[in-house]
Amino acid sequence: MIEIAQYVAAALLVLGGIFGLTGSYGLLRLKDPMQRLHAPTKASTVGVGAALIASAISHFLANGHLTWQELLVTIFLFVTAPLSALFLAKTHIFLTINRAELPDPDTGTPWATLDERPPVEQMVLARDHQDI
Amino acid sequence: MILAYALYFALACFGLALVLNLIRLFTAPTLTDRILTVDTMAVNVIALIVLYGVWNGSQISFEAAMLLALTGFVATVAYCKYLLRGSIIE
Repeated sequence: MIEIAQYVAAALLVLGGIFGLTGSYGLLRLKDPMQRLHAPTKASTVGVGAALIASAISHFLANGHLTWQELLVTIFLFVTAPLSALFLAKTHIFLTINRAELPDPDTGTPWATLDERPPVEQMVLARDHQDI
Repeated sequence: MILAYALYFALACFGLALVLNLIRLFTAPTLTDRILTVDTMAVNVIALIVLYGVWNGSQISFEAAMLLALTGFVATVAYCKYLLRGSIIE
C-alpha cells in the first residue's frame, strides 16, 4: 500500500513538472496572443494541481494523517485560473479591437465595460433618499 | 527513493519554467502577455514553494502558497480592471 502511494506521488510529481514546463514553454512559443492565453491557464494549472496532490500524498506517507490544506490551494487555483483567463481575454479584446466594431450584447444595455460610471453625487443622493 | 528523484525532476521543471517566464516577461509583445506572464510566474512559484515543503517535510509552506495564490489572482484581476476601466474599485 505504501509502495503504491509512493509510486503514485512520484508519477504525479513527474506529470506536474512536465505540465508546468509545457505551459511556460507554450507561453513563449505560441504565435497569437489569444493562443498564448491557453498554455499557462490550462497546462500550468494542471501541473500545479498535480504537484499539490503529490505533496498531500507525501505528507500522508510521512505523518500518517491527511491534511486538507493542499486541497484548499488546489481548489482555489482551479477556481481562479478561468477567471483570470476571462479577464485577460476581455482586456486583450478591448485593447486591440476597435470599440465601434464590437457586436451588440443583446441585453438592451451597452457592454458593461463601456458603461458610464454612475456619478458619485447621484449615488450619494440615492443613498440619502433611501435612508429617509 | 523514487520520490526523491521525482521531486528533483519536478523542481528542475518548475525552475526552468520560471526562467522561460522571465524571458517572456522581457520580450512580451503585448501588455496582456506581460500580465499573463506575471500570473504564470505566481503559479510556478506556488509550485516551487509546495515542492520545497515536500523536500523539507514541513507544513508551514502551505500558508505561504495559499497567500501567494490569493495575491496573485487579485493582482491579475486588478491589472486587468485598471486597463479596462481606468480604476480598480469604483
